[in-house]
Amino acid sequence: MSDEQIDHETGVGTTGHEWDGIKELNNPLPRWWLWTFYACIVWGIGYTIAYPAWPMISGATSGVLGFATRTEVAQDIAAHEAENADLVAALNAADLTDLPPTDDLHRYAVARGGSVFRAQCSQCHGQGAAGTTGFPNLLDNDWLWGGDQEAIAYSIRHGIRNDTDWDARYSQMPAYGEIFEDGEIAAVVEYVTSLGNTDFDASLAQAGEGLFMDNCAACHGNDAGGNRDLGAPNLADAIWLYGGDRAALTETVTNARFGVMPAWGQRLSEEDVRAVAVYVHALGGGE
Amino acid sequence: MSETQLYAPREPIFPRRVSGRFRQLKWWIMAVTLGIYYLTPWIRWDRGPNMPDQAVLVDMANRRFYFFWIEIWPHEFYFVAGLLIMAGLGLFLFTSALGRVWCGYTCPQTVWTDLFILVERWIEGDRNARVRLHRARWDLHKWRLRLTKWTVWLLIGLATGGAWVFYFTDAPTLARDLVQFTANPVAYVTIAILTATTFVFGGFMREQVCNYMCPWPRIQAAMMDPDTITVAYRDWRGEPRGKKRDADTGDCIDCMACVNVCPAGIDIRNGQQMECITCALCIDACDDVMDRIGKPRGLIGYMALTDEAAERAGQPVKSVWRHVLRPRTLLYTAVWASMGIGLVYALFIRSDIELTVAAVRNPTYVVQSDGAIRNIYDVRLRNKQGEDAQLQLSLTSDATLQIALQGQDDTDTVTVPADTTVLQRVYVTADPQAPAAGRAVTDLRFWVEDLSSGERTSQATTFNGKESQ
Repeated sequence: MSDEQIDHETGVGTTGHEWDGIKELNNPLPRWWLWTFYACIVWGIGYTIAYPAWPMISGATSGVLGFATRTEVAQDIAAHEAENADLVAALNAADLTDLPPTDDLHRYAVARGGSVFRAQCSQCHGQGAAGTTGFPNLLDNDWLWGGDQEAIAYSIRHGIRNDTDWDARYSQMPAYGEIFEDGEIAAVVEYVTSLGNTDFDASLAQAGEGLFMDNCAACHGNDAGGNRDLGAPNLADAIWLYGGDRAALTETVTNARFGVMPAWGQRLSEEDVRAVAVYVHALGGGE
Repeated sequence: MSETQLYAPREPIFPRRVSGRFRQLKWWIMAVTLGIYYLTPWIRWDRGPNMPDQAVLVDMANRRFYFFWIEIWPHEFYFVAGLLIMAGLGLFLFTSALGRVWCGYTCPQTVWTDLFILVERWIEGDRNARVRLHRARWDLHKWRLRLTKWTVWLLIGLATGGAWVFYFTDAPTLARDLVQFTANPVAYVTIAILTATTFVFGGFMREQVCNYMCPWPRIQAAMMDPDTITVAYRDWRGEPRGKKRDADTGDCIDCMACVNVCPAGIDIRNGQQMECITCALCIDACDDVMDRIGKPRGLIGYMALTDEAAERAGQPVKSVWRHVLRPRTLLYTAVWASMGIGLVYALFIRSDIELTVAAVRNPTYVVQSDGAIRNIYDVRLRNKQGEDAQLQLSLTSDATLQIALQGQDDTDTVTVPADTTVLQRVYVTADPQAPAAGRAVTDLRFWVEDLSSGERTSQATTFNGKESQ
């Protein structure tokens, strides 16, 4: 290097580039740095040939190694299914009412049922299984059709009041708006209200009691405690599927209710049905 | 202009053998640090029948970190974060007090490079022989020496990578699996990568790692000030340098000993430089020469720049302690120590059993058929002991509340296996007429007691009632 290319302040050579009197010092990078850079380029080219990379008109190049994340996921799922095959077989063979909560199979069923529930059931019954008006709360200890594991499994498998499964749980309350005279509905509603409250019209309720015994007790029972064979709700407890105030009861008695649930046995595998039953039973209200 | 080179090949460096007190100290430090690194995974520590008996173990698969009597769970990772902060502050402290003492003595890059240079010297000879060999043609002699050297380097690299994987699983088992070729491929790949990096960084990259890959040499300027003790050449004593000995020349006889021993390939007489790792080998080399020519030692030595004026004038200089103890280093020490005290305190107040309570708020409460109000809680019970624990759950509250465990009809006790966490769903119920049933929020506290040790711990939460409108 000639003297002109040495910066006098620092004693470092310059590249000879100068802008408005400012010179660019030349502190050369190590040669291996350059080779590393070239190696990265070569690696990058090889990588884009080996793996999916270049965007084309429809999709991207698939890479000569045939790698795809979707294939990996499919392999993972298959591996898990193979791993769980024994548990699935045991679940399908088990008597669900006789499954101790500390059992590994019970834990598996709860975990599996929980994920199926969140995907398939939570749309109506809620993520927390608390339900909403017309869709039962599965956390409480009130069961329309029975609350042991097998009864719950039956409700899930065949559904309720649907047209697709002949074994679906079925019942239909008459719409008393067409049967009762004026004032009779109010009397029955007052009687039902009197069962769980202290604030009611005693004479009206007394008038309703006779009507209840003649028309309603056949299904709901003389004590209004309900009948699980018919899915007739207990009217003396604190839980109301469609609301327990006078307006809601009037609506129910006048037009009746007809809650429907699909037959999940037609959509889910048997082990999924059983797993959801165990999960729902374990939510806190199971019998 | 066209000759301007933007890339430069590495200038080969052939550090000459040197002996002296700093070299001696560095041999000791090398032996201790390498000894710790290679031997630690083999130390055994009994923790109970179901627990690993390796004193230092990073158990990734089970998410546990064991260090002798300490066991760190993932949620306690702040201990590791705290240690990293302490390491950072420690680096600040030592750099502001003693310059790049970490780089010069204990950095793995320095220690392993030192080891590799030692091997190189054993096989190929000292500096002059190595320079000759470097220039020689690739004949049989050169090939033999180079291949021998590379083989020994590779074996060191293999041992280095091999020792690393032992920290992550039971060392004796893995060692047996490794030689029987039944170990996990991850172990072999890790060993291969670390063998390669050790071989390349220690054998060929050496000071290039410090100069081009490590950020610390660039940061050190901000960490050092004129009071920092660092390696310096006393030019007022040495200059003008020259081989001719007369009244005009200084003590430096320009023998190049300091340059020839330098593993960074620099001339310390040019002043402080980014490349200098303050390994102090030039001090040993120069002291040796000064002894031989009958001059006082310390032409190159540890000193602070603030002493330069006093030294030039021949006046007494500040003591080392007055340089080291200054507000900056005291502040670093204080922060470092308070961090350490905090971590030790946190370590000793840790309990062997823990619980965390997460109230299930979807829904906020459940009405039972008799009108009772139920709240649901997910309680995580953690047993950090080496044995199974019987943990009894209870609650305290101003209001009357009943506790029940999901899936456990008649008991309030949960068996938590050794070194695990159990998720237990807990129901808390208020009778229909109880105050808590009609109140929006009631405070309560969950307690867990280890029935064998009597140890207790608790966590507060709330109970949601059905607000009476």
